[in-house]
Amino acid sequence: MTAPVLIKQRALPTLVMAVCTLYFLTPIWWLFVGASKNADQFTSTNPLWFADFDLFTNIGDLLAYRDGVFLRWMLNSILYTGGAALLGTVLAAMCGYALAKYRFRGRELLFNVVLSGVLVPATALALPLFLMFSKVDATNTFWAVFLPSLVNPFGVYLARIYATASVPDELLEAARIDGSGEIRTFFKVATRLMFPALVTIFLFHFVAVWNNFLLPLIMLSDERLFPVTLGLYTWNTQVNQIPELRGLVIIGALLSITPLVIAFLLLQRFWRNGLGAGAVK
Amino acid sequence: MTQTLTAAPEKPAPVPASTGRAVRHGRAVPFFVVPFGILFVLFYLLPIGYAIVQSLYTVERTGTFGPAREVFGGLTQYERVFQDGAFWTSIGRVLVFGVVQVPVMLGLALLLALLLDSGLVKGRRFFRLAFFVPYAVPGVIAAIMWGFLYSPNLSPLKPVTSAIDFLSADLVLWAMANVVTWVYVGYNMLIIYSALLAIPAEVYEAARLDGAGPWRIAWSIKIPLVMPAIVLTTVFSIIGTLQLLAEPQVFRSFSSAVSSTYTPNLTVYSTSSIPNFNLAAAFSVVLALTTFVLSFVFLRITQRRGDA
Repeated sequence: MTAPVLIKQRALPTLVMAVCTLYFLTPIWWLFVGASKNADQFTSTNPLWFADFDLFTNIGDLLAYRDGVFLRWMLNSILYTGGAALLGTVLAAMCGYALAKYRFRGRELLFNVVLSGVLVPATALALPLFLMFSKVDATNTFWAVFLPSLVNPFGVYLARIYATASVPDELLEAARIDGSGEIRTFFKVATRLMFPALVTIFLFHFVAVWNNFLLPLIMLSDERLFPVTLGLYTWNTQVNQIPELRGLVIIGALLSITPLVIAFLLLQRFWRNGLGAGAVK
Repeated sequence: MTQTLTAAPEKPAPVPASTGRAVRHGRAVPFFVVPFGILFVLFYLLPIGYAIVQSLYTVERTGTFGPAREVFGGLTQYERVFQDGAFWTSIGRVLVFGVVQVPVMLGLALLLALLLDSGLVKGRRFFRLAFFVPYAVPGVIAAIMWGFLYSPNLSPLKPVTSAIDFLSADLVLWAMANVVTWVYVGYNMLIIYSALLAIPAEVYEAARLDGAGPWRIAWSIKIPLVMPAIVLTTVFSIIGTLQLLAEPQVFRSFSSAVSSTYTPNLTVYSTSSIPNFNLAAAFSVVLALTTFVLSFVFLRITQRRGDA
């Protein structure tokens, strides 16, 4: 292929990519620039370029506001999502592994029920969960949001596929002959082979809990238990009465997405390859 | 690659000679299955059952201020659900939303995945990450950000937003469609892209020898081979669309056009804060069933086509 033809062939795709990059990244750039300005400059200067760089002053103001309630929300979010995703991934991996590697009575039934669970939207469960938790007087607690967040049927489905694909039966037989117990074999051998897959399940689960808005909205009334999404949402509804909150919402939004963006960057080599496997197999 | 995503799982390979396995390792199975099983029953199956039970009850009062008591009402709540015009309007609204937004989003995701895979674009790592970053933004935060971006006086697109009111009754649905698209294109692109990466190179070589160009290869080979991935992303998008909540709930502070019954889930939420839990439970059940049936029917249709 000659050079001009190649350039011509590449021009259109590259243009499409460039336009899409602008579309996806401009809002985030705007958020970063906006978070670095003081209240006057936020409305009076170019929204896409810096004025005085006050980002750290702003962060200080945010963290000091109402005795640092924002920091508390961030910690809550990390506990709700990180904790639920970590524990939930282990549980899903165990169940999926058993479905892939053992034959037992009710196996197909269990798998079909769990798979139907994938099609039941999590938001449909929020209201009945609230009613159930209020029966035992446990609404407005950490556990009311944390416990339901542990269950991830899609994780079981993925774990079964990954276990079938990446843990050979011969290896398990060999471990048995060496006298390793089933549980030990799972944690020492199988989880290592499934590790990239487990990171993918973890990420899926993490984002699902992170995005689940209805459950905390219905469950929680004490703002000290809020995840950061719910906290920023309540601030945003009050912007008309308390204008100073607008700046805090902007800075809070920036801080709240930073951990996940960093996690995506660090775990890139896993999600890059793992994400599609569930769809391909 | 030969299997497709189906509601029914693939049949397991027949187990060779060691049929004694189930007995030999019987005790390990509960250890693996029970922890998830208990939580699944408690926080998935039980709430579904409980919602159905609650939806069959109704609250009766003697006089206006008399004590309230729950009595069995049969399908009374469902009658009210089916007579509730606002609820069905909201279902229609999210369906219109889905019919437009899902194809646009998945079409864009497919196009970007194909371009990434075509080798025509340099800097693949950068683009892949750039498109995926919005997925890190939770729906609520994304809606807040775009709410500001749409607003006539704060937006960096001031000339556009002062000429067109994106938060007006006519456009606010599509303003939200843009938020959802912005968040999820990268995620869907990545699922399709990883499916493309899994196609063995020999497949293309054969096609190239037959004289197929890049467009022809994309259309006749790549797209059919990544169909299972597209089906999966479509099902998830259908589920997500019917469950729209965070975006409209946030947009209520930006636009008066978004009512408290704008989407089905908003109706569930506002009915439960009245509070009328029995009616809200009936709304939940009807919404969950609608979602389940729609995704199931979609899976069946695509499967049948695959079998033909």
